[in-house]
Parts: sequence; structure tokens; C-alpha cells
Amino acid sequence: MKTNIYLYIFVMAFATWLMRVAASLIMKKPIQNRFFQSFLYYVPYVTLAVMTFPAIVEATQSPLAGAAALVVCIAAAWFGQGLFTVAVLGCLTVLIFELFL
Amino acid sequence: MEKGRDVFMQGYRHGIPIGLGYFAVAFSLGIAARDYGFSAVQGFISSLITYASAGQYMGFALYATNTTLAELILLTFIINARYILMGFALNQRMPEGTPLSTRLLVGSCITDEIFGITIARPGAPTPYYTFGALIAAVPLWALGTACGISMGNILPARIVSALSVALFGMFIAVIIPPARKDKAVLGAVAVSFACSYAAVKLPYISDLSQGNRTILLTVVIAAVFAVLFPRKTEGSEGGAADED
Repeated sequence: MKTNIYLYIFVMAFATWLMRVAASLIMKKPIQNRFFQSFLYYVPYVTLAVMTFPAIVEATQSPLAGAAALVVCIAAAWFGQGLFTVAVLGCLTVLIFELFL
Repeated sequence: MEKGRDVFMQGYRHGIPIGLGYFAVAFSLGIAARDYGFSAVQGFISSLITYASAGQYMGFALYATNTTLAELILLTFIINARYILMGFALNQRMPEGTPLSTRLLVGSCITDEIFGITIARPGAPTPYYTFGALIAAVPLWALGTACGISMGNILPARIVSALSVALFGMFIAVIIPPARKDKAVLGAVAVSFACSYAAVKLPYISDLSQGNRTILLTVVIAAVFAVLFPRKTEGSEGGAADED
């Protein structure tokens, strides 16, 4: 028999939420271990970098447009543009590129 | 002391580009969800309360194959295991004595993207900021899913293509400023790009789901950098990305 779809959806959401709050339930104070601190320092940058490339090139219709957006976004962020500006520049780059390709 | 309302609004502003990216990604998620037998309302509810891209995609696919709830729970744990790491990173930045409620509220907002902007923000993570971002982004995620299910291919492919880059542009805006300031972060980003590219091509590793590849690479690369370039123990403030 097929599980009720709404029960299924709720269980999926709850299991996902448990992963989100697992650390919050365990940790009471910052961990002093130097390796662990260093590890956690690098985690976000590594995760986001891994998720960005090569996915950005695969997300667009033309890989070239995605590659161009990657370069434009890196340059804009390097020269101090904020989140929203960098994101919009990326979208515009793809739009313009795919208009001509 | 920062005003809660201002911090919330800042989070909300930062959540908008995330939401635009979500909309595009959710749209394609919705197209898949329809094939797996989900109605627009069911897709909307799933996305509103789950807000996890890879995990939801897997969940939808599992439903179509009559998976039991126990299997669903186990697989959801595995595919979303990176959220545990992110939770640790966020809690690490909260001083001793931070109420459990604050920790739980911040943790509840974790998505890859909201985690990214929250960790990049100086100071201890606050629920005002994370909820600002969540409230801006998640409704667009849910709406995108519903639109994908009900409208399929009505939105021009060109627009979806352009929108899907918003998400990555945001990631880049989070990782590049700290990379410019800290050579070790720059190295970690470069190595991550290279390894991530290789992982898509290599046998065995490329067979893993995207979520599992991400966590595997994250653990290995971050551990190697933690050994080679350890941080000074005091004042290990995370990122440096400044407000707008």
C-alpha cells in the first residue's frame, strides 16, 4: 500500500530539519580544539566553491554563457561588489551571452 | 547592539537573490516532481517545509518507487548530512550561554545558501538575519516548485537559464572577498574548484549523488587545509563579506 503522500511529505521535512538542528542540540559552547576550529573555518568556503563549479557551467543552456558568468561574478566580487549586484551581473551576463549565441 | 529589525531587513535583502536562484532551480525540481506524481499543492507544501534541493529531489523520486518511511528517513539523513557540518560551523560562532532557542532557530534556517551568507557575516549568527533571508527565499522556492509542476515549459528556457545563475553568483560573492584577504582561503577555493571538476569526471566518485560528492570533498579538502594551514585559536572569525 502506498504511504499517504502528506505523511510522506511531513516525514521528509522533519528528517531534513533534524539534520539542520543536530549540532544545535549537541553544542553548548565553541569547541577549543585547534584542528576542529580550522576545519570549520574552511568548511563554508570549500562547500560553496564545490557547489559552484562546475555546476554554474552546467546550469545554463550554453556552457560558454555559464563560464562567462563565472568570470564576471568573480571579478565583480573581487572588486568589492555585494551579493545582490554580483548575482544580477551573473544573470545579465548569461542573458546577453545567450542572446548572441 | 544591532537592532533586530534592521538585521532582519538586511537578511531579507540578502535573501532576494537567493530566492531568484531558488525559483529557477525549484522550477526544474517541479518539472521532475510532476513526473513523480506530485500535484502543485503537494509540491508547494513540500518545498515550503523542507527547503532542501537535492534532498527533495531524492524524496520525490523515492515516493514514486514506493519507498518505506524508514528508508526515506535514512536516505534523507545521508543526503542532507552536510547540514550537520554547517550546524557545527554556525554553533561554533555562538558564545557559551547562547540560549538553546537561539541555536535551534538559527539551525532551522540552514540551507546551503543561507548558511553561506550567515557564516560570511561578522559576529555571532542571529536568528533575525537567518529568518530575514529564509522569509525572502523559501516562498520563492515553494512558488518555483508549484510553477514547475503546473506550468512545465511555459517560462522561456532563456529566462530560466539566466535565473539559475543567480544562486552561483551569490556563492561567489560570499567566497571571493575572504579569499582575497586570506591566501589559504584562496588556495582552498582554487583546490575546491579543481577537485569538484575532477569529481564529476572521475569513475566511482561521479556515481555519487551531488550531495554526497559535496560532503566528501568538503570534509577532505577542509581537513587537509586545517592541517596544512591551521588557524590561530583565538578570534577565529569566519568570513569577511560585508553588508551590501
